[in-house]
Amino acid sequence: MSSILNAGTPAPDFSLHVTPDQKLALSELRGKPVVLAFYPADWSPVCGDQMALYNEILSEFQKRDAELLGISVDGVWCHAAFSKDRKLHFPLLADFEPKGAVANQYGAYREADGVTERALFVIDKDGIIRWSYCSPIGVNPGADGILDALDALQSKGAK
Amino acid sequence: MSTLKVPVGPEDHVEGSDYAPVTLVEYGDYECPHCSVAFGIVPRVQQHFGDKLRFVFRNFPLTQIHPEAEPAAETAEFAGAQGKFWPMHGQLFENQVNLGPELYQELAADLDLNPADLTHALENETFTKRVREDFSGGVRSGVNGTPTFFINGQRHNGPFDFETLVKAIEAALPAD
Repeated sequence: MSSILNAGTPAPDFSLHVTPDQKLALSELRGKPVVLAFYPADWSPVCGDQMALYNEILSEFQKRDAELLGISVDGVWCHAAFSKDRKLHFPLLADFEPKGAVANQYGAYREADGVTERALFVIDKDGIIRWSYCSPIGVNPGADGILDALDALQSKGAK
Repeated sequence: MSTLKVPVGPEDHVEGSDYAPVTLVEYGDYECPHCSVAFGIVPRVQQHFGDKLRFVFRNFPLTQIHPEAEPAAETAEFAGAQGKFWPMHGQLFENQVNLGPELYQELAADLDLNPADLTHALENETFTKRVREDFSGGVRSGVNGTPTFFINGQRHNGPFDFETLVKAIEAALPAD
C-alpha cells in the first residue's frame, strides 16, 4: 500500500478534466471544505459502490458546505458514461494524462496495478489536508470517516 | 474499523432472543440483487446458530439507482407497524423482480392489511422518516453498500456466503 499524504500537509493543487471540454482546479474551491475521493475504477460490479453511496448522501456533504470530487484514472468519456448510468450528481475527475499524476502527488497511486488507491482526503477551506485515509483496495471505506472529519472541521471553525 | 453507531433497540425489527450472544445486523435494500442473495443465506445462518444468534434488519435504500427501494422499504415498515414486518420483508425479496405499487397492494391484502391504508401511508410519507433514520445511522456506522452486515457491532468486510458468515459469527461467539 502506498503512503498517502497526512493531515497537516497542504493539498497539492491540480487541474483536471471534469467533462470533455471543462477543467476544474482544486484552488477554485478554496474557501470551502473539499472531499477528494480517489477510487480504483468506474463500473465496479456491486450495488451501492463507493460513488453510488456518496451520491446517496450528497445532502450530508452539502449540509456541511463541502464539495465532493471523485477521482480515478478513467478518461472523461468513461466518466461521462458512468456518471450518466449511475445518475451521479457530483463531478468525477479524470487523472488520465499523464496517468495517475495527481494520485501520485497524493501518494495514492498503485504503480503495479495502474489504478489509484481507495484514498480519501478531507481538505479544509484553506487548502490544508485535515484528514486522510487509505482503505484496502477491496474494501469500500463508506462515508463515516469523511463525515466525522467534516464535523471536526466545523467544530474547530466554530471556536 | 467501522462499528455500529446505533445500538439495537426497541424500534428495531428483530428475530431471535435478546439474550443471544451474537447479533447480526443487516443493512439492506429490497431492490438490490445482492440483498436478495443474502435473503437466501441469512435464514440458513439463523438455523445453524439457533438461539445463539439474533438477527436485525435495517433499511438502506439506494434510491438513486433503485427507484423502488424506498417505497418497498416503507411498505415493509407499514407492515411492521402492524406486527407483520417479517412476512412482508420476505415477500418483498421473493417478488423482487415485480416491485411496484401493484405488488405492494397485493402483498398488503395477502397479509390482511388494508391496501388503502398502505396507499395513504406511502402518499403521506408516514414511514419516510423511519427509513431515513435507518439510512443515516447506517452511513454513520460505515455502511458502504448493500448488503452490509455487522457482527456484534463490527462491520463484516468479507463476502457474505454461508460459510464465510458462519465462520465470522463463530469467531464472535464467546468460548463455552
